[in-house]
Amino acid sequence: MLRVENLTVQFPGRHGSFTAVEDVSLRVAPGEIHGLVGESGAGKSTIGAAVIGLLQPPGFIAAGSLHLGDTDLRALSAQEAHRLRGKRISMIFQDPQTSLNPLMTIESQLIETILAHEEISTAAARTRAIDLLEEIGIRDAATRIRAYPHQFSGGMRQRVVIALALCTSPELIIADEPTTALDVVVQSQVLDLLRDLADRRRIGFILITHDIGVIARVADKVTVLRGGRVMETGTTAQVLGQPRHAYTRALMAAVPRLDRKIDRFALPEVVSDVVDKTNVARAQQAEDWLLSASDSTAATGPVLAISDLSVRFIGTRTSLWRKPPAFIALDNISLTVRPGTVMGVVGESGSGKSTLARVITGLVNPAAGEMLYQGQTLPRGRVRTRAHPARRAIQMVFQDPFSSLNGRHRIGTILAEPLLIYGLEPDAARRRNLAAAMLALVGLSPDAIDRYPHQFSGGQRQRIAVARALLARPDFLICDEPTSALDVSIQAQILNLLKDLQARFGLTILFISHNLAVVRQMVDDIVVLKDGRIVEAGRSEPFFAAPRHPYSIDLLSLTPSLGLLDQAIPA
Amino acid sequence: MRQFWGSDGMWLFRRSPAAMLAALVAVVIIGAAALAPWIARTDPYDLASFSLMDGFLPPVWQGGDARFLLGTDDQGRDMVSSILYGARLSLLIGLSAMALATVLGVSLGVAAGYIGGRFDGMVMRIADIQLALPAILTALLIDGIARGILPREVHDDLRVAVLTLAIALSLWVNFARTARASTFVERNKDYVQAAIIMGQHPLRIMIRHILPNILGPLLVIMTVDLASAILLEATLSFLGIGLPSDSPSLGTLIRIGMQFLLSGEWWILWLPTLFLVALVVAINLLGDFLRDLLNPRLR
Amino acid sequence: MAYFILKRLIQSVFVMVAVAFLAFSLFRFVGDPISQMTGVETTLADQDRLREELGLNDPFILQFARFAGDMVRGDFGYSYRTRQPIGEMLVSRIPATLELGTLALVISLVVGIPAGVYTALRPRGMVSQVILISTLVGVSIPTFVIGIFLIFLFGVKLGWLPTFGRGGTTDLGWWRTSLLTTDGWRALILPAVTLGVYQLTLTMRLVRAEMMEVMRSDHIRFATARGIPWHSLYYRHALGNTMIPVITIIGLQFGGVIAFSIVTESVFQWPGMGLLFLESIRFVDIPVMGVYLVVIAFFFVLINLIVDLLYIAIDPRLRLREPA
Repeated sequence: MLRVENLTVQFPGRHGSFTAVEDVSLRVAPGEIHGLVGESGAGKSTIGAAVIGLLQPPGFIAAGSLHLGDTDLRALSAQEAHRLRGKRISMIFQDPQTSLNPLMTIESQLIETILAHEEISTAAARTRAIDLLEEIGIRDAATRIRAYPHQFSGGMRQRVVIALALCTSPELIIADEPTTALDVVVQSQVLDLLRDLADRRRIGFILITHDIGVIARVADKVTVLRGGRVMETGTTAQVLGQPRHAYTRALMAAVPRLDRKIDRFALPEVVSDVVDKTNVARAQQAEDWLLSASDSTAATGPVLAISDLSVRFIGTRTSLWRKPPAFIALDNISLTVRPGTVMGVVGESGSGKSTLARVITGLVNPAAGEMLYQGQTLPRGRVRTRAHPARRAIQMVFQDPFSSLNGRHRIGTILAEPLLIYGLEPDAARRRNLAAAMLALVGLSPDAIDRYPHQFSGGQRQRIAVARALLARPDFLICDEPTSALDVSIQAQILNLLKDLQARFGLTILFISHNLAVVRQMVDDIVVLKDGRIVEAGRSEPFFAAPRHPYSIDLLSLTPSLGLLDQAIPA
Repeated sequence: MRQFWGSDGMWLFRRSPAAMLAALVAVVIIGAAALAPWIARTDPYDLASFSLMDGFLPPVWQGGDARFLLGTDDQGRDMVSSILYGARLSLLIGLSAMALATVLGVSLGVAAGYIGGRFDGMVMRIADIQLALPAILTALLIDGIARGILPREVHDDLRVAVLTLAIALSLWVNFARTARASTFVERNKDYVQAAIIMGQHPLRIMIRHILPNILGPLLVIMTVDLASAILLEATLSFLGIGLPSDSPSLGTLIRIGMQFLLSGEWWILWLPTLFLVALVVAINLLGDFLRDLLNPRLR
Repeated sequence: MAYFILKRLIQSVFVMVAVAFLAFSLFRFVGDPISQMTGVETTLADQDRLREELGLNDPFILQFARFAGDMVRGDFGYSYRTRQPIGEMLVSRIPATLELGTLALVISLVVGIPAGVYTALRPRGMVSQVILISTLVGVSIPTFVIGIFLIFLFGVKLGWLPTFGRGGTTDLGWWRTSLLTTDGWRALILPAVTLGVYQLTLTMRLVRAEMMEVMRSDHIRFATARGIPWHSLYYRHALGNTMIPVITIIGLQFGGVIAFSIVTESVFQWPGMGLLFLESIRFVDIPVMGVYLVVIAFFFVLINLIVDLLYIAIDPRLRLREPA
């Protein structure tokens, strides 16, 4: 039905033309879900935009052909192309919140879309819209259709988006990261819906995503992209289960598995990361410095013990008579972290896991409860003095590598800051030296010290963030979604790095993530949060082998992962 | 140097002839004004340097005296010198007012954005009240109050200072609001959170971390407000509240020139006007250019 | 929502009280009212008696309360310069300024908004470039220069329109209007255009910027992907979302118009409040200055309140908070 042949898309710019997509061919049959997978910058979204004719200027199609059935998409005039949109090809985007016009009711947006392509009465259009909403799982559609987008929850909103794309009965729907912004349970429902629509209505889907688990779950065929080129294409079972291309193999090796824990991600040696002899020596220097400070007396008691901790946020006042509702972020949390281990905190958005990190580091104050660090009371943020030892001993690595480093400071300055603030090294030259050594330890070239953060990639910046944390000589490291913003292969590198560091220095780590597969690979103990409460806790492997709480069971079974593939093809 | 010339900024600059023209004009005007004491033939403030006998001479291309290229005004002052000195004064007041407004506005804005809570509320209340009174009004009020408080002679001596203060006080709110909004954004970013966790002193965080990262939008406001400050001063002088005719700024010159609107000595009015407009247009163009430069999405 | 409105009301009252306080402080501390009102012949004893009679020796708060109370009842005191009740002076001047301001605002909106939309939708066209350049110049020319230029062109050279004053006016009760006579309109045009030009350029640039921003948003992209016809996209989806931030600014602009009217009234000798204020500055007529402050603040606060209410009426996100 859709035939893309030798598609090349270019973006002319300041430094010459940038080729975003090169010589890409693929086919989508009716009722087929075709996955387009690749890391960031691979060109997947660009292909989708090119097919529907929504390339961001100055991008243009430099070569290739696009056919939908008998229609040559490139030969259409602007008017014809626009009429085609919605009628035969439709597209849905990642963020349901911004995809809908906030000022129009769902009803008017649906009716408008239907009437734009068909000559029927408004009443008939409304009936069609209501039926459609019911079909895709929105109950009481007749009343709720009059609501505005902001009155729906995230999952419902994405369903409305899908309804809008469906209401004109297109042949092909391009879905650009449709479930990335959704929770696991909702994501699972939406993916089921897509599968159902493809099967029943024979709609072809191009499913663009970076999440291999999603592909494994619903895609029939998959095309792997890298740098704008096709690396491999074929059925899902074959490409993901028995990849032929070296890149695909490397990609599969980097994907964290949900079904078992492996020691290290098997990554190919990347040339740029090879450290030469001088760097090895410097890395050793940093290692020695870190080890020199640790107490020979091994800690016996738990490093961190939290009991009955509660955190409440007061909402904004919306009514004169009623007090503003308090949002309970954490409700009577108790947990202990054993020394030298990695404790995983798992939960969806809104579960309170970030709040946990913030209350430990003092950014947020608890309403009740107690925290003990190394057996001593850890004062809450408001009363914690600036020179309290816990400020040095507890360090944090943040989620977003692009905002965790001050863009206006050089790397050297950023790294030297903890040494300066904590008084660990009074001499400026030695601080610089130590910073360079630490860079080597995390796998970066020491001459990065004079550069600025924007000159580095996300993965490299995350390494710098780890280096900065280590330069405080911490005993306790909190990693708050440290790899969620990174590509799969980079994520694997960083996770390997964290494993290495933890093994070498015996760090105690609190690892926070929403990604169960990642967590399984990293942690010894685990805690599952839901709506601010701990629903299950215990050692990691037993948990993953046999979770007990219904919520945990749901989470595990609904997380799309490669393990599903193993059930499909015999090993 | 090559890095500077080859950077994104210069590329955009070179591609836009308007920006280049604006830069050239701005440099010429500002340079001329700054160097006025050295390049102007006469000092228009020195009462002895001109005589009524030379008054009302037209520009040199309309048959005037070669000594006075652009003619003379009703007092016999050389137009070239008057305009240059006037521009100098306008620029001086404009820049000082803008600098003062920047310092005041940015400090209050960043502090309000960072500390939040009651302090923020208080600063915003003051800003709200000030916003209830537009710039001209505030400037006029301050001047009026100064007139009322200070005895006449003192007020006259302090003319420039009062004017600068009045203009600065009407412009600071812009800076404060932008600085505050930007500070809110930066404050929630991880690098600031990291600094807070480390236990760094709030003042250090504000100056070393937040301030360098909010400079972008502030720079744009600075050019816009410089233009506003100059316009404001010109308006006040035109209304007779600003600088007097014995030490005129461009606005005062225009006020003087207006008397001759109907009588034919067009140069006394229109030449200073042209100069003022050129100056402000150049500054605004530069401001637009800066805005485009700093907004990556528009590129 | 009711809470929100109440909060805004209280804020407005707070601002009014603060401004009134400022105005009152002006009265009391800048200059000595007694010496302003009497001549040199009045003896000290008489001055003291006057002070007592006027209640100037009472505690500060009491005086302020009296002042505020008077204001609310419409008693604005007396001008130092003309000895007239300020209330009367205001009544004769307010209509002039309001008519001028409103017409200027209308001009700026009627021309500015469509121009902004046009340049946003066709940014590369010749017409757009011309419009953009002229707005840049428009923003850089001080209002009084525009006024002078218009006077010169239409008043002096072409002689079509009068160069000062209000021309023919008719009285509707206490409201003296220019709008009912051609003569009145002819006198109104130039000042209104002068005042409107600056606002026009601001409006245009704002509408353009906002519209371009909205055109880049995700929901426009999605609507395009659904094949919504272009004109509906531009005028229903994009323009609708653009209007929300624009409305606030328009509200503020009306305030700006009232303020800039000072300059315009000066250039055209238009007998409005701005001219009154200017004269009061020149003669250090403190009571008039103070009252002007309070009246202007009142206008602004009122406009801001109306804008906020409009916001609530237009944006469903503020109106309806219950989940569907």
